[in-house]
Amino acid sequence: MLKRSNAFFGLVSAFALSSALPGLAKADELTLCWAAWDPANALVELSKDFTAKTGTQMKFEFVPWTSYADRFLNELNSHGKLCDLIIGDSQWIGGAAENGHYVKLNDFFDKEGIKMDDFVPATVVGYSEWPKNSPNYWALPAMGDVVGWTYRKDWFERPELQKEFKEKYGWDLAAPKTYDQLKQIAEFFQKREIDGKTVYGASIYTERGSEGITMGVTNVLYDWGFQYDNPKKPYEMEGFVNSADAVEGLEFYKALYDCCTPPGSSNIYMVEAADAFKSGQVAMQMNFAFTWPGLYKDEKVGGDKIGFFPNPAEKEHFAQLGGQGISVVSYSDKQDAALQYIKWFAQPDVQAKWWQLGGYSCLKSVVNAPDFASSQPYAQAFLDSMAMVKDFWAEPSYASLLQAMQKRVHNYVVAGNGTAQEALDGLVKDWTEVFEDDGKI
Amino acid sequence: MSSANSAHSVVEPSLTSKRVAGAIVILYALITLIPLVWIFLTSIKSPPDSISYPPKIVFTPTLEGYCNLLTTRTRQTPEYIASLPAPTGTCDEVTRKRNMVIAGPSNFLPRFVNSLVIAFGSTFLAVLLGTLAAYGFSRFRVPLADDLLFFILSTRMMPPIAVAIPIYLMYRELGLSDTAIGMILLYTAVNVSLAVWLLKGFIDEIPREYEEAAMIDGYTRLQAFRKVVLPQATTGIAATAIFCLIFAWNEYAFAALLTSGEAQTAPPFIPTIIGEGGQDWPAVAAGTTIFLVPILVFTILLRKQLLRGITFGAVRK
Amino acid sequence: MSGRTRRLLLWIAARIGKRTGSPDVSYPQSSGDALTISPTSIVDSAAAATARATPTALARRVRGLSDRAIAWVFIAPAIILLLAINIFPLVWAIYLSFTNYRANRPNAVVETVGIRNYARVLTDPDIWQAMQTTAHFVFWTILLQTVIGFMLAYLIDRKFRGHAFWTTIILIPMMLSPAVVGNFWRFLYEPQIGLFAYAVSLVSGIPTSEIRMLGDVSLAPWAIIIVDTWMWTPYVMLICLAGLRSIPDYIYEAAEVDRASAWRQFWSITVPMALPFIMLAVLFRGIENFKMFDMVTLLTGGGPGSITEVASITLKRAAFESWATGRASAFAIILFVAVFGLANIYVKALNKVKQR
Repeated sequence: MLKRSNAFFGLVSAFALSSALPGLAKADELTLCWAAWDPANALVELSKDFTAKTGTQMKFEFVPWTSYADRFLNELNSHGKLCDLIIGDSQWIGGAAENGHYVKLNDFFDKEGIKMDDFVPATVVGYSEWPKNSPNYWALPAMGDVVGWTYRKDWFERPELQKEFKEKYGWDLAAPKTYDQLKQIAEFFQKREIDGKTVYGASIYTERGSEGITMGVTNVLYDWGFQYDNPKKPYEMEGFVNSADAVEGLEFYKALYDCCTPPGSSNIYMVEAADAFKSGQVAMQMNFAFTWPGLYKDEKVGGDKIGFFPNPAEKEHFAQLGGQGISVVSYSDKQDAALQYIKWFAQPDVQAKWWQLGGYSCLKSVVNAPDFASSQPYAQAFLDSMAMVKDFWAEPSYASLLQAMQKRVHNYVVAGNGTAQEALDGLVKDWTEVFEDDGKI
Repeated sequence: MSSANSAHSVVEPSLTSKRVAGAIVILYALITLIPLVWIFLTSIKSPPDSISYPPKIVFTPTLEGYCNLLTTRTRQTPEYIASLPAPTGTCDEVTRKRNMVIAGPSNFLPRFVNSLVIAFGSTFLAVLLGTLAAYGFSRFRVPLADDLLFFILSTRMMPPIAVAIPIYLMYRELGLSDTAIGMILLYTAVNVSLAVWLLKGFIDEIPREYEEAAMIDGYTRLQAFRKVVLPQATTGIAATAIFCLIFAWNEYAFAALLTSGEAQTAPPFIPTIIGEGGQDWPAVAAGTTIFLVPILVFTILLRKQLLRGITFGAVRK
Repeated sequence: MSGRTRRLLLWIAARIGKRTGSPDVSYPQSSGDALTISPTSIVDSAAAATARATPTALARRVRGLSDRAIAWVFIAPAIILLLAINIFPLVWAIYLSFTNYRANRPNAVVETVGIRNYARVLTDPDIWQAMQTTAHFVFWTILLQTVIGFMLAYLIDRKFRGHAFWTTIILIPMMLSPAVVGNFWRFLYEPQIGLFAYAVSLVSGIPTSEIRMLGDVSLAPWAIIIVDTWMWTPYVMLICLAGLRSIPDYIYEAAEVDRASAWRQFWSITVPMALPFIMLAVLFRGIENFKMFDMVTLLTGGGPGSITEVASITLKRAAFESWATGRASAFAIILFVAVFGLANIYVKALNKVKQR
């Protein structure tokens, strides 16, 4: 027994040692980190051209959205060498720039003749700049994204439903222009029997763990007049975050959650929302635009059955910005090769192919091309949405700010604790505390 | 424990009470197994079968879950797929049926290998260091040994997240973040406290006359340790090793916080397996099944040592 | 822990370790340090006497390294590792808890803030909420696991045919990774497609859409309790079984002679004699569940709202999402002191029970 286990342990430890030795990284291999989603698969496909051209192999590390920020911010903060390139979320830019996680790209852009003027302005501000609205670039806009809506065009077009809807609400059933209309439609479909199946009004973001419910509720809050702070006095939030309008908006989101979502919708983010839509459960679905190409291709609900519309209006008209820029990680040993990848990626023909494969290019020459709006059925909705984007805080403390909002909003909307006023008052208190800790107020 | 069997002669329970007891225990055991059986069944279902309602008990088994677990796939047009040469394997075939092609291997296998390396590496080290230290504590007068042992053990009362905060900073400074060596050292440190504690109990039970007799026969202390004590302690060492192994194999919190890719183990990886726009439950179930099998085998093969270790370890903790 | 505690544990260990001879043989409680030098098992007490009698000159005849050197060579590696990876970080964490350090701001100036972090943690209503959540979780899991675990142990102790096999089967859940299995329970709990909702709905007639174990504020705390109970009841069962088996037969035999009913025997012999073991099981489960992180994170992530946000999740959010390293360290130290303190108070109670 002893002999045998000795030999066994010997084998194991030899194995352990050999594989624990630092894998001598091959210079011609780059690791790109991003979220696990449809566009990432498209990027794998696109990157084959890069490998063919340069001989550099691409490795990918994709993590689901619910653990994406958690995992990669942890990786960056630990100064890890896993990622050479990272497509990091727009809100990380402040922290990543100030703490030196990303390589500053200004010199590289100048040298290679990459001009930020060639990209859609909202994406440059959103994905590349820190401080905002200053020419300091930390990323190349890689994937434009914005929250919008899909709906079941085939159900909306059924004459008997159209008739019933018109009688009930007095206007023609069509993609909603305002949130009040959206709620009426959602109520109309809630628990309706369609083709022998019970369906529900709408799927909206409610996820608790990462950023889900915040990315959902802001679409409503912005429209009702919520502002992050006083435009004239930065970080003054009292009366802006918790204004009467904002409270009303939050109440609306809860009303929508209570009346018109499928059972078990307490923890919904992109993947679950898309699932609900794909399984034919809901008439409408709030989701980032990245899901649209995949849903359009879906055998059951895609093609003629699906329609797209931008976030509806209310008092104001905004949509929550998503999307990311691609950056070089400053802890990487292969920064030059990584820069070469960005250089290749910025080329107009590569960007055009990126759009074809299912990525959302941010290059003006792609999105302003005359045939862009008609190139895909969702292109128009995407363009309209990108024209009215607004983003969450991109401060270095964005994670704390996000956490507070996740907690306050989920607690009110999903768990049903307290009032909307209390939730937003609490949020002002939490955010004030964060900024005080940072020494900003 | 089995020695108690015959001793109960006078108070032997009646046959009926035995039968009733047996029936209840077996019922409990069967209910307890349902989730595990369901994991396995889900792993051999197709994705649509896995999410059908009511849950399907009769279905056509498929390897799709395992294929999805081990590969990454990209969606392609049917025309493109039709133009490809004939599929080369089962996975190729099932993937193409879903209008996808295999793009390459997934990260599951490397993560599984990481789990093996880290679990076995740390178990080996913990048992090695633990045996030596336990022998030292057991046979020699060590100053402050009592307090030392208890302090060692009390570090296990720290919530793992609390331990992870300074370790994270330390590993960042030392460049040990996301390395197998860092994880092996950490798990070894966590396990060694338990190992010393358990093994000291086992070694205490070996009469010291054995070694002393051997030393009178001309063995040195080291020889006596190797040739007399170690063989006597194998059961105890095996029991301790299983404990360390189970801990290191199952550990999640440290792995999730201190590794991101290169040294990531399977537990933080498996929950992140997703398919095209949705949690791919058959693939998750397949990964879970593959991950659980080694522990199941261990449990069944080494149940005697395990039982002894748990009861003994529990009360000694 | 006090020396008395230590001896109590050893006493129980001895009762479990080997059941040769009468377990009431008194363990040498008087002189010397049981742990350091003398063999602990009661069976070896005779051997110990022999060993002590052995002339020390005998030991000196050892060739090669001196015993003292060997002792240090043997013990040093483990101690060094523990110092480097357990003790040093702990000291560091204590230091950090008095600063405003943030792990994601390497360039910021680190300032000592005195006890401000502690004050802030202790006055934070969210932290007290998390402590309450943890207490609810710990209380109910322990209650359920002890009741079910003891019942199972009692039944298994009937020694029906095949009891060894079924015991092994019952043990399986506790060997598995709480993270990996907890993750799968998410699937079982799905209201629309999950097996759990389906089974409950079959039995109760409640529509599955109402059985939102993870989404409903009133159900989610129970969802995590169910999974933990499923996983860890076997552990409690096993320790209880050891307790039952440590009860010497002659006590029952005497009770039989006195014609005490089975019911009376159960309450006057079985339960009191097994009580120290039950309490020990409660202690271990209590400590483990106070630290609970992995299973709950994967099942609910602390939601809905913050209903299932146990202390470890709050700590993780503070330390690794907000990166308030100093404040999180203070919270970590408070948690450690709390577990340690509660465990010690509990052990005192355990001692009283044992002495009865």
